[in-house]
Amino acid sequence: MPAPTLQLDEPMDNQSSASFWQDAWHRLWQNKLALFGLFVVAILSLVCFLAPLLCAHVIGYSYQEQNLALGPVPPNRTHWLGTDPLGRDLLARLLYGGRISLMVGLCATAVSLVIGVIYGAVSGFVGGKADMVLMRLVDILYALPFTIFVILLTVFFGQNIILLFVAIGAVEWLTMARIVRGQVMAIKQQEFIEAARALGLRRRRILFRHILPNLLGPIIVYATLTVPEVMLLEAFLSFLGLGVQAPHSSWGVLIKEGAEMMEEYPWLLTYPAVAMALTLFSLNFLGDGLRDALDVRGSKD
Amino acid sequence: MTVRGASLVQIVLSLGLLLSCGCGHRQTLVQIANRAGQYRVANGDEPSDLDPQIAIGQVEHDIMLSLYEGLVYGDAKDVSPRPGVAESWDISPDGLVYTFHLRHNARWSNGEPVTARDFYQSYHRMLMPSLGAQYSYMLYPVTNAEAFNTNKITDFSQVGFKVLDDHTLQLTLHSPAPYLLSMMVHDSWFPVPVATIQKFGAIDDRANPWTRPEHFVGNGPFVLKEWRMNSHILVVKSPTYWDAEHVKLNSVYFDPEESYDTQERMFRSGQVHTIRQAPQSKVAFYRKYKPQLINIYPELTTYFYRFNVTRPPLNDKRVRLALAMAIDRRAITETVSRAGEIPAFCLTPPNTAGYTAAARLREDVPQARRLLAKAGYPEGKNFPNVTLLYNTMQSHKAIAEAVQEMWDKNLNIHVALHNEEWKVYLDAMRNTNYDICRAGWSADYIDVGTFLDVFISGGGNNDTGWSNPEYDRLCALAASTGEQAARYAAFQKAEAILMDEMPLIPIYIYSNPRLIQPCVKGWYPNLLDCPNYRSIYLAPQTN
Amino acid sequence: MLRFVARRFFETIPVLVIIATVTFLMMRLAPGGPFDLEKQPSPEILARMKAHYGLDKPLWEQYLLQMKHLLAGDLGPSSKYPSRSVNEIIADAFPVSLELGCEAMAVALLLGLMAGMVAALRQNTFWDHAPMSLAMLGLCVPTFVMGPLLISAFALHLDWCNAAGWFFPRDRVLPALTLGAYYAAYIARLARGGLLEVLRQDFIRTAQAKGAGGARILFRHALRGGMLPVVSFLGPAIAGLLTGSFVVETIFGIPGLGRFFVTAAFNRDYCMIMGSVLFYAAFVIAMNLVVDIALVWLNPKLRFE
Repeated sequence: MPAPTLQLDEPMDNQSSASFWQDAWHRLWQNKLALFGLFVVAILSLVCFLAPLLCAHVIGYSYQEQNLALGPVPPNRTHWLGTDPLGRDLLARLLYGGRISLMVGLCATAVSLVIGVIYGAVSGFVGGKADMVLMRLVDILYALPFTIFVILLTVFFGQNIILLFVAIGAVEWLTMARIVRGQVMAIKQQEFIEAARALGLRRRRILFRHILPNLLGPIIVYATLTVPEVMLLEAFLSFLGLGVQAPHSSWGVLIKEGAEMMEEYPWLLTYPAVAMALTLFSLNFLGDGLRDALDVRGSKD
Repeated sequence: MTVRGASLVQIVLSLGLLLSCGCGHRQTLVQIANRAGQYRVANGDEPSDLDPQIAIGQVEHDIMLSLYEGLVYGDAKDVSPRPGVAESWDISPDGLVYTFHLRHNARWSNGEPVTARDFYQSYHRMLMPSLGAQYSYMLYPVTNAEAFNTNKITDFSQVGFKVLDDHTLQLTLHSPAPYLLSMMVHDSWFPVPVATIQKFGAIDDRANPWTRPEHFVGNGPFVLKEWRMNSHILVVKSPTYWDAEHVKLNSVYFDPEESYDTQERMFRSGQVHTIRQAPQSKVAFYRKYKPQLINIYPELTTYFYRFNVTRPPLNDKRVRLALAMAIDRRAITETVSRAGEIPAFCLTPPNTAGYTAAARLREDVPQARRLLAKAGYPEGKNFPNVTLLYNTMQSHKAIAEAVQEMWDKNLNIHVALHNEEWKVYLDAMRNTNYDICRAGWSADYIDVGTFLDVFISGGGNNDTGWSNPEYDRLCALAASTGEQAARYAAFQKAEAILMDEMPLIPIYIYSNPRLIQPCVKGWYPNLLDCPNYRSIYLAPQTN
Repeated sequence: MLRFVARRFFETIPVLVIIATVTFLMMRLAPGGPFDLEKQPSPEILARMKAHYGLDKPLWEQYLLQMKHLLAGDLGPSSKYPSRSVNEIIADAFPVSLELGCEAMAVALLLGLMAGMVAALRQNTFWDHAPMSLAMLGLCVPTFVMGPLLISAFALHLDWCNAAGWFFPRDRVLPALTLGAYYAAYIARLARGGLLEVLRQDFIRTAQAKGAGGARILFRHALRGGMLPVVSFLGPAIAGLLTGSFVVETIFGIPGLGRFFVTAAFNRDYCMIMGSVLFYAAFVIAMNLVVDIALVWLNPKLRFE
C-alpha cells in the first residue's frame, strides 16, 4: 500500500482541520460493508422494538396464540412465515424473539462493558501490586468452565431474563477488562499523560478526562463485537434448556427448536437462523468497519 | 479398566466398511451386523452401573435383561412370568408359601452351577441396609423382609427365605400376593454372583468393581464382553446358559447415545436396529411415510399433573376439578405430543392385568366454569397467581403451553409456566414447593397397586400433601388379601375417591413410538417395554 | 525463562485452591442433590447412600476431606457411576476430546490462515471480501445448527459417512469441521488484521526493495508477526477446545469430556464437578503459559516480565 504523500500544491495553512472523530466517521462512511451492517441492525432493531404494534395491526397474530388444529404449516398468505407445531405464527414469534435476543445482547454487553472498563482501567492505571492481584483474579475467573457455572447459577436463582444478563455479562467482562487494561497501560506511557502529570493534575482527573476518551475507540469496537458473542451464548444456553422461559422465545430457542425439526419443517429453522445470522453478520461488519475507521490496533488483543 | 481400541467385532466391522469403500454403495453397519448376528440398540444413556441391585433405570434394565436371569423371566409378548432358573414352582393353598424347583443345568458364566444358595445370598445382599438398594421394597411381600431392610431385625434367618436343598428355594409371605410372580420378573429379583463380588471388595460396597467386563459373572443368555463409557457396551452369547441352543443372536451392541435427534439420525443412517423413542417432531412423519419402521405401543406409565393441595386456591376441591375438566386431552395427544398416546381419565391405565377403573373424569368446560364460580372465582376473576412447574424438556414444554392456553381460553385464568432443571424440579416436588407440577409414574410390574399406592397418606412419592383415611384403608385392604376380585373391588373404590378429590390431573397414558428395522424379528411390543433377547433374531435385510 | 515458568507454577497453586473452594461452595449451596430421584427411596436408604459418599458430615468437615483428597490427586468416586472414579472417567474421556480438539484446531488453522493470508494480500478486492464473508458464516451459525446440517447433507443424503459415533477415521471429519468452523472464522480475521499491520511496516518494504519474492516475504518475514494476534487468541481457545464441546459431542455421539462436564452439573455429581472444574482450570493455566512463551518467541520486543 503506498504511503500517504503530502500534496504540495495545497497551501499548508489551508488544510481543513478535521478532528479525530470526524476523520473516523468519514472513513466509516466509505466502508460499504460496515454501512450495510449498520443499516441492517438499525432496521431489525426498529422492527423488533415495534413488535407489539406490528403484531396487533399488521400481522394479526400474537406470539403465543395457539392453533392446535392447524399445526405446523409452511409460509402462506395468512401466516407469512408459517407456523410452529402448536400453530403459533412464526413471524410474530420471530419479532418478539428478536426483542429478547437483542435486549439480552445489548444489556449483557452493557453490563460487561461497565464492569470491564472500570476494572481494566483502574487496574491498568494503578499498576504495581494492585494490578497484579486484580489480573490474577481475572485469570482465576477465566479458568472456570462457563457451562458448569451457568448451570449452577441458574439453579441458584431460578430462570429469568435478569439472570441471563448477569451470567453472560459475568463472563464477557473478563475479556473487556484485559483489553482495556492493555490499552490503558500503552496510553499511560505516552507523553501527553506525562505532561498532565507534570502539570499536577489529580490522578482521577487524568483517568477520566484524558485516558478514558482515548479508550472509547477500542471500547466501541469490542462492544460491537461482543453483542454477537453474547447472542450465540444465549443460543447455547437455550440448547441446554436454560434459556428463556415458555411461552416467550428468543432467536436461540427458535433456532434450537427449528434445528430439531429441520427436515420436516425447514421454515422453522430457516427464518430464525437467517435473522440471527444477518444480525451477527451486520454487527461483525460494523465492528470491523469501526475498527478500521478508528485505526485501532485491536488485532493485537 | 475397560477395553480401549478396536474389539474383534469392530475390527470386522471396520474392515467390512473399508472394503466396501471402493464399491460405491456403502454397507451400513446394520447390514454388516445382520450377517454377524449382532443386534444393535440405541439405549438412550450411559448406564450408571450393571449391578441389578444398585442400578435402577430403564437404561440399565434393558442391558441387564441380557446378562441375568431370575427364577422367572418375562414372556416376550406379555411379560407374563415364564420358568427361568426355576423350572417349576408350587404355591401353597393359602398363597403364603412358594417353593421353587431350580434347574440342574443352570450355570453362571464362569461354569459354576446356579444354586438356591446363590439366590438366598443375593436376596440377603439386596436387603442389607448398608447396601442401600433402592428397589429393596420389591422384596417386601416376603416375611420380615421390610423389618430386616430397615434394621428392625438383624438376623437374616428370620426373613422368609429358606434353602431346602441345592435346587429348592422356599419363600414365605406375610400376606397373600397374587401379583408376586409378576413382580419377580423385575431385576430386583435377579441373582448376583456373591462369591465373585466378594473377591473384588466388600459385599455391600456400592463402588465394588465386579461388573467390569474383566471381572463380570452373570447367569443370563449373554455375558458382558466390552464396556467403554459413553461409547458402547457389547454382550456376547453365553455358552453356559442353560437354553443357549435357543438363543439366536450372537451378540447385542448397546449404544449409549442420549440425544433423541442423534439417535434418529443414527437409525436413518443404518447404524442401529432400533431406538426406543422417536423424537416427537418426527413421529407424525414416520407414521405417515414410513409406517413399517415405527411401532407405537402403550406403556404402563401415566403422565399427570400433581396439585399441591396445601396451597390456596388448590386446597379447594372445586378448583382442582375445574382445572382438570377444562383440558382437552384428545387435542393434546393428537396435535401436541402426537405419538399415539391414550388420553387418560383416571390414574390407572385401562386393562392392567384385567383391571379397568370405572371412575372417570369427565371433560366438561361449562361445568368447570360453574365449579370455578362456586369456588369464588366467577369468570376467573381474582384467581390468584398459580404456576405450573415442569422439568426442562421440549415435550413437557409443548404440553404445558397447550394446557396454559386451554385454561386461559376456557376458564379465563392465566397460569404461569416455569421450567426447572431436573434436580431442582425433583427437589421442588419432594418438598411440596410448587403449585402444579408435571409428573409421571411408571409401573414396575403389571398391577395397578403400584399406581394407587403412590397416593397413600405420607407416602414417599405422594408429594401432593393429599391425605384421605378412607383411601388409605382401601389400599391397605387390597394389600392384605390374596383374592383378586376383592383387591380389585377395593381399588375401584379407592380410585373413585381419587377422581372425586382430584389431587392430580391425569393427562395421558404413555405410548412408546419405537423405531425398529423390519429385519428384526421375534421382538414384540409389551406393556413394560421389556425386550426379550432370547427370542429376537435378525432376518437378512431385503433392501 | 525457567524462572518464569517456575514462578507461574507456584502462582498456580493458590489459584487452584481458590477455584476449588468456590466450586465447593457453589455445588453444595445449589438446590437438589445427587440422590434426588424420580422414585424417592426411603429415608433410611437415602441416609445410607449419603453416608457412603460422606455427605452426612458437617459442611466444613466435608470441605477439609475434599481438600485432603485433592492434594493427593484423588478426585473421588462419581455418584452417578458408582463403580467408577472421577480420575478414571477423565483419563478415559480426555484423549477423545483431545483428539477431536486437535483435529478441529488443525482445520481451523488451515482454513483460517489460508483465508486470512489471501484476504490480506488482496485487500479490499473480491478475494478479500469473499473469504471474509465465508468466514463470517462460521461465526454466525451456531454449532448445533451447523452439525445437523452437515450430517443431513453428508451422512444422510450423500451417505459418505456415519451420522454419529467415533469408531472409524471417517467419523472425525464432520465433528472437526463443525467444531473448527467458528475458530477458523476468528483466526481468518485475526490473521488478516495482523498480516495487514505487519505488511505495512518498513522492514517489509526494505525486503521488497532488496528483491525478495512475494512468498519469501510472506513466510519468512510477515507471517511471524502476523501470527501474534492468532497465538494470543489461541491460548484460552485451545483450552476450551481440547476439553471437549458439549454440543458437538452430543450431536455426533462422541465419548468425550465435554459431555461429562455438563451432565455432572445436571446430576449434581459433586466429585465429577470438582474434578472437571479443576482439570479444566489447570489446562487453561497451562495453555496460557504456553501461549505466553510463544508470544515472546514470536515478538522479540516482548520479554518475560
